Amino acid sequence: MNAIEKVGTYSMLMVRTFAIPDRWRMFFRQYVNEIQKQGLDSLAITVIISMFIGAVITIQMVLNTANPLLPDYATGLAVRDTLLLEFSSSILCLILAGKVGSSISSEIGTMRITEQIDALDIMGINSANYLIMPKVTAFMTVIPCLVIASMFFGIFGGYCMAYFTDIITVHQYVYGIQFMFNPFFITYSVIKGVVFAFIIASIASYYGYTVKGGSLEVGKASTDAVVNSSVIILLANVMLTKLMLS
Amino acid sequence: MIEVNNVFKSFDKPVLKGVSTTFETGKTNLIIGQSGSGKTVLMKSVVGIHSVDSGHILYDGRDITQMKRKERILLRREVGMLFQGSALFDSMTILENVMFPLEMFSYDSLEERRKRAIFCLERVELGHALDLYPSEISGGMQKRAAIARAIVLNPKYLFCDEPNSGLDPKTSLLIDRLIQEITHEFNITTIVNTHDMNSVMEIGENIVFINKGEKAWTGTKDDIFTSECEPLNDFVFASNLYKELRKAHAFFVSKKKD
Repeated sequence: MNAIEKVGTYSMLMVRTFAIPDRWRMFFRQYVNEIQKQGLDSLAITVIISMFIGAVITIQMVLNTANPLLPDYATGLAVRDTLLLEFSSSILCLILAGKVGSSISSEIGTMRITEQIDALDIMGINSANYLIMPKVTAFMTVIPCLVIASMFFGIFGGYCMAYFTDIITVHQYVYGIQFMFNPFFITYSVIKGVVFAFIIASIASYYGYTVKGGSLEVGKASTDAVVNSSVIILLANVMLTKLMLS
Repeated sequence: MIEVNNVFKSFDKPVLKGVSTTFETGKTNLIIGQSGSGKTVLMKSVVGIHSVDSGHILYDGRDITQMKRKERILLRREVGMLFQGSALFDSMTILENVMFPLEMFSYDSLEERRKRAIFCLERVELGHALDLYPSEISGGMQKRAAIARAIVLNPKYLFCDEPNSGLDPKTSLLIDRLIQEITHEFNITTIVNTHDMNSVMEIGENIVFINKGEKAWTGTKDDIFTSECEPLNDFVFASNLYKELRKAHAFFVSKKKD
């Protein structure tokens, strides 16, 4: 299947996906389940990664800003902007593309090869709408919470580093993270997160839904979903940054 | 009744070559044939999973090949299907699986939906397994649960794709009899795709033999013994057991005549 054909198939699948659900009650039931599976179950990994990355960025910034011309609070400022602008949206979403994307792709792919999707179709149910729409909408809903949690815990990780070591004083760090704060950076990051969440969930669903064959193909689809969604996230990142920050 | 008129279907090469046949209401209609003969494609074309290249498929006079997507979806709500691998939803219990079509399409109260699902599960003798997951029950029980799910919306048409695959002979017999009982009890047009000769001899009320993409023979299980169709005889009487059975049948028939 060539790239143009894949884009066409993906677009047609999305048209089928974003139709009015057969039963709203069933949609909301699935939606709540997906929020639990994709959101709450991703919170722990988000918190752990963000805290450690925040701590590491703090150490690296102290080393890189060891210059008499730069003020001491530059470390806190750099940590904040790195987390707010890039890590908590783009890098976090690249990490979640691995966790959530592969999970969605393998779940739907397994349903495809075990004829569960055929069973839905035979019942007269729009299987794309029933399976994919709750996943995409749930992930898009929950991602702002994960992005904001990542920002908070990343900055907290840097704070812990300042508190428990002598590389920088807590006062300088706190002053740095407050210095010239632009609230739009949070909005920018959240918007990027929502777009990336759509990319991750929809591309993973597409690869799972169109699987043909057996368990080997499901594994391959899962890998393809992660690789392709990562590449598209990077591309979308450049475009969104140019649109929103230039 | 489902009528198939001059249906052609090809993928890279022709698979169905002008198949015409009738599947009767209240009977178990069997599609038999060797692997690769086109019987699964025929069944999937009749269900509407595959679109046909030409020809007509009429569900009690309604031509599925001429239907729009929405009409086809509505028709599918009259169809129940038993898949080869059961296709039960892994994340749901057996009761939830059977209640699922009702949750999607029925406006009954929760209590009524539950009652209907339990009635169907008890009909297939699975009243004791309501809260178990598909992974916790045997293959035969999964098939029975899938039958309960297929009949829960009172379908007019029931399709069974190789219902005996992976089952021991005794369980296969139970599933076959269950399919036949349900067909008679609810007056359903049932189509079974199989190459299990025990099933053919047990429930073959109307058999369609597909050979190399064409309908080669049609008849009942009793007609098979007197069939002159060579490909059918090669297929049905391939094993020694069935060869002996055929000889015995011919012997008894000649004795009866005498």
